[in-house]
Order: sequence, then C-alpha cells, then structure tokens
Amino acid sequence: MSAPETILSVRELSVAFHQGGNTSLAVDRVSFEIHRGEVVALVGESGSGKSVTANSILKLLPYPAASHPSGEILFKGKDLLKASDAALREVRGNDITMIFQEPMTSLNPLHSIERQIGEILKLHQGIEGAAARTRILELLNQVGIREPEKRLAAYPHELSGGQRQRVMIAMALANRPELLIADEPTTALDVTVQAQILELLKNLKEEHGMSMLFITHDLGIVRKFADRVCVMTKGKIVETGPVEEIFSNPQHAYTRHLLASEPRGEPRPADDSQPVVVEAEDVKVWFPIKAGFMRRVVDHVKAVDGIDLKLRAGHTLGVVGESGSGKTTLGLALTRLISSKGRIAFVGQDIAGRTFAEMRPLRRRMQIVFQDPFGSLSPRMSVADIVAEGLKVHEPSLSEAERDRRVAAALEETGLDPSTRWRYPHEFSGGQRQRVAIARAMVLKPEFVMLDEPTSALDMSVQAQVVELLRDLQARHNLAYLFISHDLKVVRALANDIIVMRGGRVVEKGRAKDIIERPGEAYTKALMAAAFNLEAVGSEAISQ
Amino acid sequence: MSTVTDTTPIAPPRKGLLSPTNKRRWENFKANRRGYWSLWIFLVIFVLSLFAEFIANDRPILASYRGELLFPVVIDYPEEKFGGFLAETDYRSDFITEEIEANGWMIWPPIRYSYSSTNSNIPHSAPTAPFWLMSKEERCAGYPAGADDPNCNLSNLNWLGTDDQARDVLARVIYGFRISVLFGLALTICSAVVGVTAGAVQGYFGGWTDLLMQRFIEIWSSMPVLYILLIIAAILPPGFWILLGIMLLFSWVGFVGVVRAEFLRARNFEYVRAARALGVGNATIMYRHLLPNAMVATLTFLPFILSGSITTLTSLDFLGFGMPPGSPSLGELIAQGKENLQAPWLGLTAFVVMSVMLSLLIFVGEATRDAFDPRKTFR
Repeated sequence: MSAPETILSVRELSVAFHQGGNTSLAVDRVSFEIHRGEVVALVGESGSGKSVTANSILKLLPYPAASHPSGEILFKGKDLLKASDAALREVRGNDITMIFQEPMTSLNPLHSIERQIGEILKLHQGIEGAAARTRILELLNQVGIREPEKRLAAYPHELSGGQRQRVMIAMALANRPELLIADEPTTALDVTVQAQILELLKNLKEEHGMSMLFITHDLGIVRKFADRVCVMTKGKIVETGPVEEIFSNPQHAYTRHLLASEPRGEPRPADDSQPVVVEAEDVKVWFPIKAGFMRRVVDHVKAVDGIDLKLRAGHTLGVVGESGSGKTTLGLALTRLISSKGRIAFVGQDIAGRTFAEMRPLRRRMQIVFQDPFGSLSPRMSVADIVAEGLKVHEPSLSEAERDRRVAAALEETGLDPSTRWRYPHEFSGGQRQRVAIARAMVLKPEFVMLDEPTSALDMSVQAQVVELLRDLQARHNLAYLFISHDLKVVRALANDIIVMRGGRVVEKGRAKDIIERPGEAYTKALMAAAFNLEAVGSEAISQ
Repeated sequence: MSTVTDTTPIAPPRKGLLSPTNKRRWENFKANRRGYWSLWIFLVIFVLSLFAEFIANDRPILASYRGELLFPVVIDYPEEKFGGFLAETDYRSDFITEEIEANGWMIWPPIRYSYSSTNSNIPHSAPTAPFWLMSKEERCAGYPAGADDPNCNLSNLNWLGTDDQARDVLARVIYGFRISVLFGLALTICSAVVGVTAGAVQGYFGGWTDLLMQRFIEIWSSMPVLYILLIIAAILPPGFWILLGIMLLFSWVGFVGVVRAEFLRARNFEYVRAARALGVGNATIMYRHLLPNAMVATLTFLPFILSGSITTLTSLDFLGFGMPPGSPSLGELIAQGKENLQAPWLGLTAFVVMSVMLSLLIFVGEATRDAFDPRKTFR
C-alpha cells in the first residue's frame, strides 16, 4: 500500500430525514477517506448513523424523505451525490457493491442462485449463457461454496445463513468492484460462520486489491480486520485513526466508553451445597416428519436428543452452540412450554407430565426472558400493565395499589425509573425494554429464570449493563439461571457451568472455566477460537 | 428486597377516560375532518331519529283534559275517556281535537303524522306532492274550510308529500331511517362478535380446529344467501328479529378470514409466548394480547358490513320479503317510487336518504380505520 490512492472521499456529508413536518439530522457533517486496498471500519452503536452514511454513498436512502443538506461524496473524483440516476446505476453493483446484514432478505427467494448472480453479470458486463455459468462457478468457488455445480439451481431457502452470505459476497464480487461496502455482514451469523466469512473477505480483499468500508458494532472484528477506524456516535464521527492507535490510545470519551464496554467480570463462585432447582434426565424433543398420503411419521427432527443437566440455586448454567443446535428448544422444554420426553424435576417436583393448567402454580417460580426486547413486549400495553400481568394471574387478591407498588419496585430494581411505567414499549430503547422484560420476570420473585439470548439484540455497552444487572439480581435473590447464548463472551461473564450443544446433543459439559480455557472437543475448540479470536480453525469440525 | 421497600412515593395511576393510545387514536380520528364531521352529523340525525315518536306522531306529546295531565305519546288512552268509542284514541279526528281543546290543551309534535297514519285531508288522490310544490288554495283543497281552515298549517301539511296510501313520507323516512340504522348496527355488532370469536379460535388453536372450521366456512359461505333468505322469509313470519337472525347466519363469515390471519400471525409472537410463560390462560391471552392486533382488521371491515347490511335490508324490503307490511322502510319507499313514476318525490326522497346515510357511515368508517392505524400520521 505504498502511495495510497484515494478512491472514495466523503466530505462534510449530512443526511436529514423529514417526517410529518419534523426534520431530524441522522448524519451530521461526516468526513472520511478510503484508499485503495484499505479496510476502513465505521464503528458505532445502533442509531449512530453508520448504516445511513453507508447507504448514502450509493444513494440508497428513501429519497425525498431523506436529503443531504451538505457534503459531497467523491468516488475517483466524481461527486456521486450530484450524479444522474443513469450514472449511479453504472457505479452500483459495478464499481461499488454492497453486502447487507440479513442474508435471508437480501436475496430474492424466488430466484435460483445462478439467476441471482447471472443477473448482475448480464446487467453490467453483458455476459450470458455458458460464459456466465463458467464465471458464476468461478465466483462460487472463490467464496468457498462446496460443490458449486450442485448449488447453481438451489434457492436461497435451501442454503444456510453462512452460505447465503457467501452468495451475497459472490454477487458483490461478480464485477470486480473497487469498493465493497459491507453493512454488518456477519451480525446475523453464528460465531463460527462469522469467522469463516471474515477470513473469506480478508482473502478476497488481498487477491483483488479491493477497498472495503466495513460497518460494524463489534470492536473485536474491527481490531482483527480493519486498517483504519472511524468511530461514530449520534451522527458524528468523533474519532478517526489507524486501528492500533485507536485501540491503544483512544482520545475521545465515547471511544473509551465503547472499548470499556465488553462484558466483563466473573460469575459468582459455585457452591455445591445449594439446593438443586432444575434437574433433567434424558430430555428429548423430537418433531415428527410426516410423509405420504396417510401422513405417517417417517422420521424425527431430533431438536433435543437426550440431555441431562442439573442446576442449583444461585448458579448459572450456560448453554452454548450454533443456531439450530437446540438450545432454545431445550429451554422451552425445561420450562414446559413445549412437550418433551424424559424426566424434568423442578424444586423436587416432577413436572414432565403436567398439563398447562397443572403447571400454572409453578409458573411464577420459573420465568423466561426472551431474546428480542421488541418482540417480547406487547406493543399495545403500557409497561405497568406488562409487568403487572403475572401478578394478576398469580396473586389475584392483591389490591390495585399494592400491585402498583410491586410493579414500581420491580422496575426500580431493574434500574428503570418507576415514573415511566405508564409509557408504552416503543418509547424505550432496546436496553430499557430488556430491563422491562427482566422486571416482568422478577416481579413474581421466581427461583429459576431461563434467559434466552437476552443480550444478543443489544448494543455492546448495553450488553455489559444487562449482564451486570443479571449478576446483581442473581446475588440478591439467589436465582438459578439457564443462560442460553451463542455469545461466549457474555457466557464467560455469567456462567458457572457450560453445556456445549450441537445437533441436539451435548458435545461437552463441565465448569465454565475449564471448557473455555481447555476445550476438549474439536467442535468446542473451533467455537472458542471463533468467538474469542475470530479465527476459523478446523473448518471440518463446524458447519458451513 | 431492602433496597426496594423504601421506594419513593409512587405516582398515582393515570386517571381519565382515555389511555394515551386511545387519545392518539381520537386525535387521528379528528384529523380526518370529513369523517369527524360525518360522525357528528350522523350522531345528531340518529339521536333525533331515536326520538322519532316526539318528532313525528299522530298523537300529542302532552295534553291536559279536564284538569288531568295526559301523556298520549307513552300511554294509550281509550277513546271513551274523551267520549268516543274506539279502543285507541284517534287524536287527529276533529271530534277528539275539539273535545280536548274545549276542556284543556294539547302539545303536538312538529309533524302530526306517524309512519302509519294517513292524511284524510289530501287535496286529490294519493300520492300527493310536497306542499311547497302547490299553491295555498291547492294544498288546502282537502280541508272543509279550504285555504282558511286552521288545520291547514305547517305541521299538518306533508313536507315531502304522501305515498300512495296517503301516509306522510317525512314521518316514514324518519322511522325508516331509525329502523335501518338499528338493524345495521345490531347485525354488524352481532356478526362481529360471532365472526371475531370464530376467527380467533381458529387462528389461535390452529391445527384440526382450524382445518375443520375452515372447510365448514367454505361450504357455508358458498350458499346462495339471497335465495335462502327468500325461502326462509316465505316460511317464517317476517320481522325485525327474524330477519336479523337469518342474516346473521351468513354475515359473520366476513370477519373470520382477517381475524384468523391476524391470530395465526400473532400467536407465535414472543410476547404471547412470554404471557404463556407467565401462566396466563388461553382466553386471556386471546383477549388481551391478540385481539388488539385483530381489531384494526375488524374495524376496517365494519363500515362495509354496516352499510352492506343496511342495503340488504332495504333490498329485501324493496322485493317485499323484508319487514312486515305497513312498517316504515326505505326499501318499501323505493318500491313505491318505482310504482309511481308520476310522483318523483318518493323515489328521490328514498335515494337521497339512502345515499346520505351510507356516505356518512362510510366516511366515519374510513376515519375510524385511520384512527386505529398505528402507522398513519397526519400533517
């Protein structure tokens, strides 16, 4: 990278959105440059304007609701903001390409892989027929799709998330772009797949000498992957510089805050004298596959296939694994929200065969916090009503005032201002909503809480706060947690014991410390390497 | 819990009629000016028509006879009380009027005809035109003293003319409007209750419940409704409640599709799962968490069902299979307009009343739909 040639230069770019007479400034006079062959990372939390900035480079924003009050975007000396639509189409997908976060929704579900990639080749290079097919196979090979000949006719739903993202990358590379804009390309993927995709992008970048604008909220990726970083918050770039410099010597307070926000701390020490809260033996959840005219059961999807576990009061059991490994299904089976086989005991009582009505008295003692703080709160109920719902079921004799007091207390305990309890969920941020969800669980004073990826949908700094809150609540009420997560950093900060799951079965189980420091199985090793070092090792051990 | 017991004094729960969401909905509703004004106009007309007996009636509202205060609107007095011989007093007859006037006084409603009372002083054979289309001599020709007759006044004249049985059209329109709207509302509410319940059960439980009820509804809704109505109307004595029942049998199906779809979509939402995890029962989950989702779809449908049921009643009346003969009905008025093309005020009146009523309802429905649309913003 001697004599760096600037290929993209963004100067004083602002983006404003107009809605219903209100104008909000999403991006405020942002400037940065990308040189040839360089990876520039745009880092920030959700709502910081990083995606809006990236989308405005190719003018993909919803105009005229969006507008640019100031600034210019110079791509090889040409201002893209002033370019005509035809000129822009020349650039899009050809000189500058984009890959998006959601590989599921960014591919057309009705087109085969061959057709999706072929369309781009045809549009920009006019390649068709056999020549196109050869090029598509070459691209699929490049992005590491195994047996690409067999995949040509496949539709997006037949591919895994990682494979879909590889196809997206193949499409982005089809015309040998000079700049690749990657908008959180690995956020929706498992850690192991994320490591593979990152490695792929890195190799491709070196092979083709592309530049990349990499948008992410994950500082680990930035450190591993980028040459330069722009830290964004509230629509402004607060700090720019080479990666090593920013990480070793952050200047701006927000950068320091971001760097300090990794989930940290230790789980509370394990104490084997505590009573067992949940005990499970040989839990199985099999979904039947029916076929034929008579809908006979021909096989089963073994979502959870013979799991034993024991969880003591005040302890946290981390369940880790890739998506589809049966983690959530196991949690739902243990809380009896889906039916399962095998023995499940809760505080000494066998609950495996109980009906929904028979479970009701126990429900207050086992609670669940879900992953998505947007989906798990009813949008049409106030926060007070949401938190009070469990109380109405389990303590119907409470007076209105007493119930209100309990709700306020629960909200206060989870770090929310009780005076906001008449508001509706959409008025809260993601982290606050997750606190509401935790308050809903805590108001009933449970003994066992199943936490289903409670931090995955949150920003890094909020994650750390929620982990802190959970640890605090556990210490105060001696709670037993079943902590389901694919994020091993969070698991490390909370769990005493870990179960590593794959395909419904336990790969490895034991004390968290032992497993994280000295993983025994190849799969666990790959998982740890991907999670902590973003390295794709032993790719035969993990799914693509 | 020590940190929690000493919480700051807690703000009292909100008071007032409307929760913030409903307040916002009401603001959205008002923002649709056309719908807002339509609601007021409709409400005024509807409330007035609810008191039709005090506006158009063939008996006085209040009367004083030999020092006794009488309420002929609400109480039936036999005619012998006034020296007559009929079981029910005909207050419009000259004999009774003179008798009461001589021994007290009467307060008449502004229109001295009920939907069934005939005008015996029409200038020529029925139907007669609205009085303001005739000269003073012409319109009073039917009265004994002609143009000078004291009874030939505004409240005895026919503002919108008479139909072919010499009944006052305005009085019939007022009563007909009331019965149409009441019928429409009753049918809409009943079918909404039945349809939403059926759709909710199907969507929430899914599986076999859903499958069986879907097949049933497919068969049920492929029946030729109008012919079945005609057949049943031929067997059972026609009347308000019978018609309502028959039409309810078929009209609830309209709601099922949308509500079922909403419930199917929403039953897998995480907050529904969260409610189940809290131990909330099925009925409560359906009512509290899922029904609000389905309400928007239901309300989008309401204005169409409402105007649709009013139209169906009118068309049945028009065909003569609706309300019993003699009852005030807009459909019958249209039929009369068709029979008496020489009396255009019959058809025109029915047309104007029907179109104003249906337009108002649709405008209100539109505004309601906007109000419940969470994405709708007004500038």
